[in-house]
Amino acid sequence: MSVQVWTWILVGVSFALYFGIAIWARAGSTKEFYVAGGSVSPLANGMATAADWMSAASFISMAGLISFMGYDGSVYLMGWTGGYVLLALLLAPYLRKFGKFTVPDFIGDRYYSNTARTVAVICALIVSFTYVAGQMRGVGIVFSQFLQVEIFWGVIIGMIVVLAFALLGGMKGITYTQVAQYCVLIFAFMVPAIFISIQMTGNIVPQIGMGGRVEDGTFLLEKLDTLHTQLGFKEYTSGSKSTWDVFAITLALMAGTSGLPHVIVRFFTVPNVKDARKSAGIALLLIAVLYTTAPAVSVFARTNLIETVSNKAYKNLPEWFKNWENTGLIAWSDKNNDGKIQYVNGEAVDGKPVYTNERGTNGERLVSNASAEANELYVDRDIMVLANPEIANLPNWVIALVAAGGLAAALSTAAGLLLVISTSVSHDLIKKQLKPSISDKGELLAARLSIVVAVVISGFFGIYPPGFVAAVVALAFGLAAASFFPAIVLGIFDKRMNKEGAVSGMIVGLVLMLFYMIRFKTGLVGVLDPLPESEWWLGTSPEGFGTLAMILNFTVALIVSRFTPAPPADVQEIVESIRIPSGAGEAQGH
Amino acid sequence: MTEKQKASAYWKENIKYLVILLSIWFIVSFGCGILFKDELDAFRLGGFKLGFWFAQQGSIYVFVVLIFVYVHLMNKLDKKYGYDESSKPTKSTKS
Repeated sequence: MSVQVWTWILVGVSFALYFGIAIWARAGSTKEFYVAGGSVSPLANGMATAADWMSAASFISMAGLISFMGYDGSVYLMGWTGGYVLLALLLAPYLRKFGKFTVPDFIGDRYYSNTARTVAVICALIVSFTYVAGQMRGVGIVFSQFLQVEIFWGVIIGMIVVLAFALLGGMKGITYTQVAQYCVLIFAFMVPAIFISIQMTGNIVPQIGMGGRVEDGTFLLEKLDTLHTQLGFKEYTSGSKSTWDVFAITLALMAGTSGLPHVIVRFFTVPNVKDARKSAGIALLLIAVLYTTAPAVSVFARTNLIETVSNKAYKNLPEWFKNWENTGLIAWSDKNNDGKIQYVNGEAVDGKPVYTNERGTNGERLVSNASAEANELYVDRDIMVLANPEIANLPNWVIALVAAGGLAAALSTAAGLLLVISTSVSHDLIKKQLKPSISDKGELLAARLSIVVAVVISGFFGIYPPGFVAAVVALAFGLAAASFFPAIVLGIFDKRMNKEGAVSGMIVGLVLMLFYMIRFKTGLVGVLDPLPESEWWLGTSPEGFGTLAMILNFTVALIVSRFTPAPPADVQEIVESIRIPSGAGEAQGH
Repeated sequence: MTEKQKASAYWKENIKYLVILLSIWFIVSFGCGILFKDELDAFRLGGFKLGFWFAQQGSIYVFVVLIFVYVHLMNKLDKKYGYDESSKPTKSTKS
C-alpha cells in the first residue's frame, strides 16, 4: 500500500478514537469542565500531562533542531525536562492543596488583590495564545504534507477536531483524549527510532545505540564528530554557545516550563496532594521516553543526511531528496558546476530559498538567492523527523505513523491551551471580576463560547502566521519564568510575601523581559530594528534572558515586601494550610 | 506536640528534603552537563563523552529518579506526622 493510503487509514482511525472518547466523556458542570471533576487517576493525569506538554514542536522540530545544534541542543533536553523537578517539588502539591481552578485564581487569592489576578490573567493569555498559534500551524503543515491538501484546509480540519472534543468534554474530554494521544504519539516516535537504531548500530534501544558502534567499528558519535570536522562544522559533541548562555537558557526554560499555566492546571485534576506528586513523576517518566530518544534520532538523522548527500551526484540521489525539494524545504545550487552536492559549514542561501521557476542542468530547482559561501545545500530543520523514515528507507506504514503522531502531538497541546484561555476568560475575568453573580450554567456557556472565539483566532494565526510567532513561542518560556514562577514559589515558601512585593516583582520581570525581547529579538516593525548579538547584556541571549528577569523579579519582590505591611492573618493561614497535605485545619471562607 | 508545632516540624523536614534533592538536580544538569562539561568530556561512557552524556541523557534519567524519590520520602513523612490521607480526596478551599 502507498504512503498516502496508509496515512488516511492511520489518521482516520486515530481521529475516530479521539471523537469516540470526547463523546463518552462529556462534561456537565464547571468543575468537570475546568478540572475534570478533580477525579482523574495519577496515571491518566500523567499521560495527559505528557501529551499536553509534548507539542508539535517537541515531536516534529526538536530532534531536527538538535541535529543541527549538536551539544547546544542540550538546552531544550534539560530545560524541558528539568522543569518538572521544580514543578513536582516546589509547585504541584501545594497548588493542588490550594484547590482552585487556575493559576490566576491562586495569585489573586494568595495576594488578596484583583490587580495581581489581572496581571496573572494577562500573562496567562499572552503565553497561551503565542503557544497555540504555533500548534495550529503545526497541524496545518502535517496535514498539507501527508494528505496533500492546502495548509488552509489542514488548519480548518484541525480547528474542527479540537473544537469538537474541547467543547463537548472540557477538561474531562480533553484529559481522556490526551491519554489516547500520548499512546499514539509515543508509538509513532519510537517505532522509526528503533528501526533506525537497529539499522545503524545493531542496537534495539536508541538511547544506547546513540553511544554504540557503527559497522566499521568506530563509535557513532566519533564518526559524526569526524564528519563534522571534515566538512568545516563545529564538532557535534561540543557547542558554539558560551557556557553562561547555555546555563541561562536552560534555567529559563526550566523555570518557564514549571510556570506554564496549561501544565500547572493539570495538577488540579487529581483527587489529592499525594496523587499530584505521583502524577508529576509519571508525567516526567513518560516525557523522558521521548526526550531521551530525540537526541539519538538527531545523531542518526545527522549522520544519515551527511552520508547520503555529501559529495554525491544530484542525479543519483534518492527520491525523498527531490520530493522535499519540490515542497521547498530543501534547496541545492551547484555553485562550482560539478553536479555534486557540497555540504559544508555556512549558509547556502540568504535566509529561506527563493525558487525561480526553472530547472538547472541536473534537473534541480534553481534558486535566485544563493549566497557567496561554498555551502551548496539548504535543509529546513523541521523535516528531519518527518523525512527520517524515508531517508532510512523504512516501510510505508512507518512513514504514515509519523504523520498520525505529529497530529496527535499538535492537537493535544492545542486543546490544553485553548482550555486555559477559555478558563481565563470565563472564570478569572467574567466570574471573578466582571459578573460574580453568574450561574454555573452561564459560566459553562461563557467557557464554551470563549473556546470557539479562541479557536477561530488561533486558527487565523495558523493560516496567516505573523513572522514573529516562532520567535515569540520560544520566548513564552522566558515570559513565564520572569512573571509567574517567582510569584507562585514565593506565595508558598515565603509567608511574609505580600501583594505589593509580588505585584511589583511580576510587573518588573514581565516588562523587562518584554523590553529585552523587543530590543534584541523582534524589534518594532518600522520603528526599531533588533540590536545585534554584540550588544547583549552580560552576553545573554533573549532566550536566556528569562533567567535574569526572574532573578530580578525575586529580588524586587523580596525587597518591596519587607518595606510594606505583612499580609493579613487569614492569608498567612492559607499559606500554612497549603503546606500541609491533608485536609485538616485548612483555611476557609476568605 | 500541638498542631502548630507539628506543622512546623513537618515543614522543616520537607525543606530539608527539597534542599538535598534540588542540589542533586543542580549538580547533574548545571554542574555535570554545563559548567564542568569540558572537564568531564575527558572521561568516556561507552561511545559517549561523559559531559555530553550528562547533558543529553544522564541528567534526564536523574530527574525522573529524583521525583520518585521525593514521592517516596514525602509519603513516609506524611505517615509519620499523620497527614496521610490517601483514601479520601483533599478538601479544598473552593469558593
